[in-house]
Formats: sequence, structure tokens, C-alpha cells
Amino acid sequence: MLETTPRLDDPDGLFEALVEAHRGLDPEASRRLDARIILLLANHIGSVAVVRAAIDAALNAAPDTRAKAAP
Amino acid sequence: MGGTYTYPRYAFAAVGEQGARHPVVVVGGGMVGLAVALDLAQRGQSVVVLDDDDTVSIGSRAICHAKRSLEIYGRLGVGPALLRKGVIWNVGKVFFHDRQVYAFDLLPEPGHEYPAFVNLQQYYLEEWLVDACRASGLVELRWKSRVAAVANRADGVALTVATPAGSYDLHADWLLACDGARSFVRESLGLPFVGKVFRDRFLIADVVMQAAFPAERWFWFDPPFHPGGSVLLHRQADNVWRIDFQLGWDADPEAEKDPERVAGRVRAMLGPDVEFTLEWISVYTFRCRRLEKFRHGRTIFLGDAAHQVSPFGARGGNGGTQDADNLAWKLAAVLQGAAPEALLDSYDAERIPAADENILNSTRSTDFITPKNHAARAYRDAALELAEHYAFARPLVNSGRLSRPAVLRESPLSTPDREDWLGGLPPGAPAVDAPVRRDGADDWLLHHLGGNAFTLLLFGRPGDFPAGVLAQLGQGRLPVRPVFVTAMAEEGALHDHQGLAAARYDARPGTAILLRPDQHVAARWRAFEAAAVAQARLAALGFAAADTQRMAG
Repeated sequence: MLETTPRLDDPDGLFEALVEAHRGLDPEASRRLDARIILLLANHIGSVAVVRAAIDAALNAAPDTRAKAAP
Repeated sequence: MGGTYTYPRYAFAAVGEQGARHPVVVVGGGMVGLAVALDLAQRGQSVVVLDDDDTVSIGSRAICHAKRSLEIYGRLGVGPALLRKGVIWNVGKVFFHDRQVYAFDLLPEPGHEYPAFVNLQQYYLEEWLVDACRASGLVELRWKSRVAAVANRADGVALTVATPAGSYDLHADWLLACDGARSFVRESLGLPFVGKVFRDRFLIADVVMQAAFPAERWFWFDPPFHPGGSVLLHRQADNVWRIDFQLGWDADPEAEKDPERVAGRVRAMLGPDVEFTLEWISVYTFRCRRLEKFRHGRTIFLGDAAHQVSPFGARGGNGGTQDADNLAWKLAAVLQGAAPEALLDSYDAERIPAADENILNSTRSTDFITPKNHAARAYRDAALELAEHYAFARPLVNSGRLSRPAVLRESPLSTPDREDWLGGLPPGAPAVDAPVRRDGADDWLLHHLGGNAFTLLLFGRPGDFPAGVLAQLGQGRLPVRPVFVTAMAEEGALHDHQGLAAARYDARPGTAILLRPDQHVAARWRAFEAAAVAQARLAALGFAAADTQRMAG
């Protein structure tokens, strides 16, 4: 259900937009900005199950968080 | 401090008896203990209540009474007084920093006797419950009577009671422990009370003021007058306002109780021009935890003695009231020989999931209000920032999920549906009120449900159902009492003049709904069939399935 195949029409543009949004923000404001973006996108997706799958995929994708992912 | 309320002092009377035996002893004459004692008395059961003090709740404590509690107190006879004296509120507002981020309206559905919430100081309710217990003639209230020792026996519980006139022993066939979060009974029996401790402190200031605030629930996250903490404002009767300040874990509880210091916090909030006096101050921490089981042989735990929640959501007092409602009819039925002792196991089966629901909700509220780390705070603040602009984010903001009545979904007493229903009330749900007329006079459906009988709600005229069979169901202890509901005014029936009873119960002509003495749905059918009703009644009384078939014939 969590789509992980390439789907973005402009991946470089997405990366640039995210980095640009955070430019000049202190870490605390950055963190809240990311949280707002995540909550907006979660609501757009409209499925807590998909977001949970994304949380797991994200935890699994790096060695320092892998231990927290669902078995 | 204080002044809007005069605490009654109840006289201590020395007890001459030594080693007397009583069928039911309640330890703790607080809201829950008094409610269960009164409920038992109204079922004809004598009760002894032991309380270590000689007055009602010191301080306003549980102030927020939800609809289901109001209906339960309505059944016990003190509901109208709660409505008259209490403050009805429907609107809640949430503030972040210096801005209102949104408001909600509970939008109470019309056609119920009681509103969604009434705020009233706990001491008023307890005083009325004491009066009603006394008037019942079956409740013996023993003040200044502290339980000093408890020992479980096979046939009951042995108690030692310490009083100003010395100690005495008594034997309780059944002991109802309603002695609060620090329950002596629970600790004496060495029962583990496990759960989550929250590293936070809160200050309650009850303030008397003539203020222009409306009767609304206001909740601030990180306001300029109390940076870094949350504040909750609620109106009570007598122009008393509850203000709840989050202090943080490092606060010094003794220093925070200093009235000058509290007054400074209140002044910062209200501004220099608002005159007020302090009525009550309390600093508290809380836990979310429960006993593994609420019934331990002949000892049964209710309210905070059984489970403890955070105050956000008003789930403590309302949960305890539902415990009393759930247990009283069952214990009376067992004592009066209408049900097997196994019925009391259903108290655990029904009230433990309800307690877990309250613990889950109040834990989540607390985690939102007191973020545990930087990420949690960022998500909380993000939700509040978005809530000001986008409706989708408002349900994410959790300043307390207000108490809802427990639907006893997995109850072993319920008979599952066999037919298709388009909503309505499934087995286990508490009855829902509706306006009706009886003999042309306005009345409420709930007034006719439960009590000392099962109620069979029959949608149709009395003549549409077999009178002889119904008369048979009406025999014996805790019988089935029919209540007829009709769309047009009919002799011997409640007139559902707005059609709300039929709509709320998903009823069609002929529908039959069996309600327990505590007004929860036991079973429902599209058509009346006597054997099915008799069997469902026996199942709701805790008889084993094999027995119900045989006994229902």
C-alpha cells in the first residue's frame, strides 16, 4: 500500500523546494516546519495505515533507527 | 479561603456491636461510594458505609459531569438538582500563545433530558447523595470510621474499624472498596496498582470572581501569562472558576500552594482589574494505572481505588460513576438470589475495558499537553499552528478527550444480534434518551427504563403483543417489564411524538429491545419472541449458556 517506486515528475525540484523552505530557519523552527508538512501530507494521504508504513520504511532505511522498526 | 460553600458536619455515633455481620459494606463515602450505596438501597439492599471523615469532598474535585453520569444520577433521583445548580456548557476554545486557534461546540442533540456536560463542585453532589442515602432508610452512614485492618475470608471480609470511641470488628459478606486513589483496602491486600507515572505537576486554583467569561471550557497552550505551560479554565456554580495551571516536574509543591504565589499567577492571567478571591488550592501529580482485576473474591474495587486517570477528559469521576451503575444491580441480584455469583465476574469483563479506554484516552491527552521530547513538542506546536488555519488539524489537537459512556462491546451478558440493523443501539450500549408523552404529558424515555427490572421496549400497541406471555415474563425477581412505544398516542403506551425513540433505536413496528436494570441494551430483535427474551434475560443475569436454554424452556 505504501508506494515506493519512483513517481515524482520533478525530483530535483522537490528537493530544492524542501531545502529552500528551511533556509534561514533555526533548528526548532525547521523541526516545526517539517512537522507541519508531514501533518498536511498525512491528511492528504488520508490513511493512518499508509503513514505507519512510511514511518516503518523510514526507520528501516538507516542503521541508527532500524532497531525501532516493526519486526 | 473558601466561603461559597458551608461544609456539612455529620455526627459520629458510637457503634455498640462487636463482630456484627453485614451483607454489604462500602469503604469510602465519596461520590462513588455514596452512589453505589444509594443504588443498592434503591434495590432494597441494606448497606453500611464507612468514611474516615465527617463531611463531603474537601474541594471541588470532580466538577465535570457527563451526560451518562447525569442520567445515572437521574435514575438515582439527584439529576434534577444537578441540572438546577450546575453550569451547562457546550463551547470549548483552544488558545496557543496569544491567539485563539479554534473553538468547538459540542452541539448537543436536542431531545435529551440531560445536556452533554454539567459543571458542579463534587461536594454538592455528595451532600445530595448523603441526604438521599439517609432518606432511603437502608444506608447506615458511619462517619469518623477508618478501616484499620482488612482480611479476605472465603465467606466475606473481616474488618477492623477505628473510631473516636475505639475500635470494633465487623464482617462484610461483600466489601466495596471506594476509598480512592490511595485505597487502604487495596494496599492492605497487597494488590499491585501498575501503570504510567507522569513527570509533571499541576496546580488547581478555584477562584471566586464576577467575571465576564462565558460558561465555556478554555484551554491555553503556552500562553504569555504562563509561558511554557498549559492552563485550563472551567466555570462552576456560585461564580467559582476552576483554573488549572501546568507547573512542570521541577515545581516545588509546597511553595506553589502559597496563596500569594497562586494569586500572582491568577492576576497575570486575568489582568490587574479583575477582583477575585481564592476558594481552594491543590497541587497534584497523577498516574494512569489500574488494578489487574477489580474483583478479588468478596472484595470489589470501584472508582479511583480500581483505576486512576489524568484529569484531562473528565474520565475519573465519570468512570467511577459508571462503575457504581454497573455493579449495584448485579450485587443486589446476587444477594437477592436472582442471579448466580458468576454475574459479578462480568463487572470485571465490562468495566476493565472501559477503564482501559479511559486510561488510553487520558494518557494520549497528557502526552499531547506535556510533550516528552523536542520532536513531540514540534508535532504538538505544528498541530496547533495548523489548527488556526485548517480544519483538518483541529482533531489532532488534544486538550482532553471528553468522557463518553462505555459501550460494553465484548460483554459476556449480551446476546449478539442475529438480524440486520441500520445503526441503533447494539447490545452493550447504554440506552439513549428521547422525548415521549405519557397520557398527554411530556416525559422522557429513560424515566421508564431499568431500575428493579429488565425493560422490554416494544414498538407497538399493547394489543399487538401477547398479553399472557408478557405477564409470565413479568413474574419473579428482576422480571421483564414491557414498555410500549407508539408513533400515535395510544392507551398504555409512551407516545413517540417526534419519532426520535424509533429513530435512535432503529426500531420498526414490532421491534423488541431488552434493557438491563442499568439501562444497557442486553439484546434486540425485529420481532418479539418470548423464549428468546427469557433466554437473553438469563444470559444477562450471568447464567451459563446450557442453563439458559433449559431454564428458558
